[in-house]
Amino acid sequence: MTDLAHIRNFSIVAHIDHGKSTLADRLIQSTNTVAERDMKEQLLDAMDIERERGITIKANTVRIDYTAKNGEAYVLNLIDTPGHVDFAYEVSRSMRAVEGSLLVVDSTQGVEAQTLANVYQAIDADHEIVPVLNKIDLPAADCDRVAEQIEDVIGIDASDAIRVSAKTGIGIEDTLEAIVHRLPAPTGDRDAPLKAMLVDSWYDPYLGVVVLVRIMDGVLKKGDNIKMMQTGAKYGVDRIGVFRPAMTVVDQLAPGEIGFITASIKQVRDTKVGDTITHEKKGADVPLPGFAPSIPVVFCGLFPVDSAEFEDLRDAIEKLALNDASFSYEMETSAALGFGFRCGFLGLLHLEVIRDRIEREYDIELITTAPSVIYHVYKKDGEMIELHNPADMPDPSVVDYLEEPRIKATILVPDEFLGDVLKLCQERRGIQMDLTYAGSRAMVVYDLPLNEVVFDFYDRLKSVTKGYASFDYQMTGYRQDNLVKMSILVNEEPVDALSTMVHRDRAEMRGRAMCEKLKDLIPRHMFKIPIQAAIGGKVIARETLAALRKDVTAKCYGGDATRKKKLLEKQKAGKKKMRQFGKVDIPQEAFISALKMDN
Amino acid sequence: MRSGNWSRPALTEDWQNGGFGLYVHWPFCESKCPYCDFNSHVQKHIDQKAWASAYANEIKRVGALTKGRVLRSVYFGGGTPSLMEIPTLETILDEVRDTWTLSNDVEITLEANPGSVEIDRFRGYRDAGVNRVSLGVQALNDGDLARLGRLHSVDEARRAIQISQNVFDRSSFDLIYARQNQSLNQWKTELEQALALNAGHLSLYQLTIEQGTAFGDRYNAGKLRGLPPDDLAADMYDLTQEMCEAHGLPAYEVSNHAYPGNESRHNIVYWKYGDYAGIGPGAHGRLTLDGQKYATVAKSNPRMWLESHLGGKAETVEPLSPQDMATELIMMGLRLNEPLDIQRFERVALQSFPTETGQYLHDIGMVEFKDQSIIVTPKGRPVLNAVIAELISALA
Repeated sequence: MTDLAHIRNFSIVAHIDHGKSTLADRLIQSTNTVAERDMKEQLLDAMDIERERGITIKANTVRIDYTAKNGEAYVLNLIDTPGHVDFAYEVSRSMRAVEGSLLVVDSTQGVEAQTLANVYQAIDADHEIVPVLNKIDLPAADCDRVAEQIEDVIGIDASDAIRVSAKTGIGIEDTLEAIVHRLPAPTGDRDAPLKAMLVDSWYDPYLGVVVLVRIMDGVLKKGDNIKMMQTGAKYGVDRIGVFRPAMTVVDQLAPGEIGFITASIKQVRDTKVGDTITHEKKGADVPLPGFAPSIPVVFCGLFPVDSAEFEDLRDAIEKLALNDASFSYEMETSAALGFGFRCGFLGLLHLEVIRDRIEREYDIELITTAPSVIYHVYKKDGEMIELHNPADMPDPSVVDYLEEPRIKATILVPDEFLGDVLKLCQERRGIQMDLTYAGSRAMVVYDLPLNEVVFDFYDRLKSVTKGYASFDYQMTGYRQDNLVKMSILVNEEPVDALSTMVHRDRAEMRGRAMCEKLKDLIPRHMFKIPIQAAIGGKVIARETLAALRKDVTAKCYGGDATRKKKLLEKQKAGKKKMRQFGKVDIPQEAFISALKMDN
Repeated sequence: MRSGNWSRPALTEDWQNGGFGLYVHWPFCESKCPYCDFNSHVQKHIDQKAWASAYANEIKRVGALTKGRVLRSVYFGGGTPSLMEIPTLETILDEVRDTWTLSNDVEITLEANPGSVEIDRFRGYRDAGVNRVSLGVQALNDGDLARLGRLHSVDEARRAIQISQNVFDRSSFDLIYARQNQSLNQWKTELEQALALNAGHLSLYQLTIEQGTAFGDRYNAGKLRGLPPDDLAADMYDLTQEMCEAHGLPAYEVSNHAYPGNESRHNIVYWKYGDYAGIGPGAHGRLTLDGQKYATVAKSNPRMWLESHLGGKAETVEPLSPQDMATELIMMGLRLNEPLDIQRFERVALQSFPTETGQYLHDIGMVEFKDQSIIVTPKGRPVLNAVIAELISALA
């Protein structure tokens, strides 16, 4: 047990690639927390996908023992938070578990949109913030300019920003000293009833569910009977420990400390991030503030390419859901794609991560349908239904009006690309809220429909700004708009997986664009195929895919038979991967590509 | 050899529906053409005697397996078999005559380049027994001949065609169309000139870019420009059918046209899914032995083939499953402008014909059914791959 004055709890705030994980590695390494031989790059990011994409999804924590220059021994607890907007709520809980933050900014790049979103979370949590300028070893580093930008854009004093190269180790010692002397010690009362915040939880194949906690008041010991204040669930604590970063068992956790417990909890679903853990008897009366259950905002259908793999997909999704309470799923049947699941995600990155993990860890090839948001459909009889899937849209005759979710989007972009960014936002039905400059970079704030962003907005933004823009958003609420369901008919048959919700004013344009795209994506058949976009019974756009005119092997003699037969067999296997509508084969990529807007 | 034996009495005689032929592959060329993906090699010195005796040995070996059969055709393909010296050809054909009974109308075809050296050998080939020649003319303008890597000129080609028609009972020549930057009108003119040469048989191939050829490499690098778009290629195909038919040379197969009775008997063995022995480097064969049909493939490297031909070590032999045979029978049989017997299909394939798919193909005008047989319509022929793929996909 360490007295409160010698504990420092902190997080690191940074944009992707600004060196958060490398800095964390260096802090761990320089304090000999991990033996040299066990050190590997980006120690805290465990999953492959996280490591590859340089993002952190689950909160990770490490306890660092550090003897400061004043000769006193300190315990430094780092919580490494998920940096992405999809996990904003999880970030906010992690922030509440610590008292200070290191704000890491790449001295060659400057402040990015994601830095802003996370730093505001830190400010909201009343953190003491120590700016750290990273990558100062690079020739393009411009510390003075970036420090000025931090002051201009974020409004915190950057005059004593620490200059660091996490790569070479310059400034690491200064950073550790700053953590000790510039960040506040935690507060808490060991004699008060137990209040521990559930910061995160995950499934460990050997230990079951592991819960990361921060003790606010009271003391948590092995064998204690505990209660989750939000869910009411009760458990006996099996194991208590800290991360160094390997799990190390301790006897108890006292105020200010961060560690883990295991308590025979079966599923991650049973634990809610932000919940308050107290003792079953003589527990706290009031939970910690700020709890909110996480709610999926983006939905899409996941279908196996090979319909025989449906059961495998179910198995994979159930296993992933065990470890991810924020991901929802229900079975979905599509005339087009067969059996699959309608899944809900916290955002686009979350969607991609889950999809990639299913494909990679479970080796199931997936067809992903276009992401959709939740619409509020107000019916004439006064009932409101939440629409997760355009295919479920009620008949227009019973619908009074629709509401769609809107976001506040913050985009930082070099001013040479500003025009393109404004054009893109206008095209996506955006309303400009703010436009300010910090040096040669513009910060624009837009009110946008989430629907216009969930699909390919970020890709388009990257492409029109050559990758120089950064983007973040937060949900703001629902607003009524003139929205309709647009169906796509291929060879006179509606293809449910291609239905989308669109704004009425843009329906013709979107319909035309989709029909044109599909005309290119669907291979020619032996007959001509009409491709139509329709609202209700009214066709608003039409293209015709001409019939195949020539596909014949010129030479096929005795020596060619074996090879041509193999080609046919390959083709037969390929045909199985297409989806058949009547007699039309639609390639799987068409379901996503048809929705991409190039202009 | 793969496990599994589908031997049954019905198959023993099935090959007789297509007959029995011999294919001899001569793997050498003077130069490699950029579009050609056949097994051809450029080699300065060829020990003709060694090759002649290797072929003769192979004929003996295959002959022992196919005792008592009547041979309908011999086909010398390549490579450039007209680079074979006359004694080599004599040795091979003598061995053939010693091995099998030849049908009265046996067809012995030699592929030849229309160069002056070859022309001088025509009479010698005829005297050795060749009665049909197939000339690789490929184009009737000198610029395109050069682009196609051909060593002869249009004048030489015309002379070769004329002399071959005098020397051999039957003569055919090949043209490649839908070439780079070729217009519909240019092809029309060229085909008119070709028809005026009065060959009884023409093979008219649309240029196909094959992987592993010089054209294929250029195509992959995006450097093979001016290839006709599908619609133009389709127009060229349609025009070809029209003009040949008007000239009395209807298509009896996708790319082959003949005066009635002048069809290539050897190639019909392939399309009617008969038996054929394939000898020489890279040669393929289909042989029914004891009620089981096998696919044979010889080693393609000429030196390795020559070293290991004895004792059948030069080839791999795979039994064909009913599914394999079903696919091959449809793939080959539907190329012909004559009906494919559905009952024969069912006997060979050990499964019923996919009637529903057949009906669908009929409804969209691709095939016709009459008297328990199926034939591809003129509308279906240009998209034959799609028709075949549809049928194959419906098979078990």
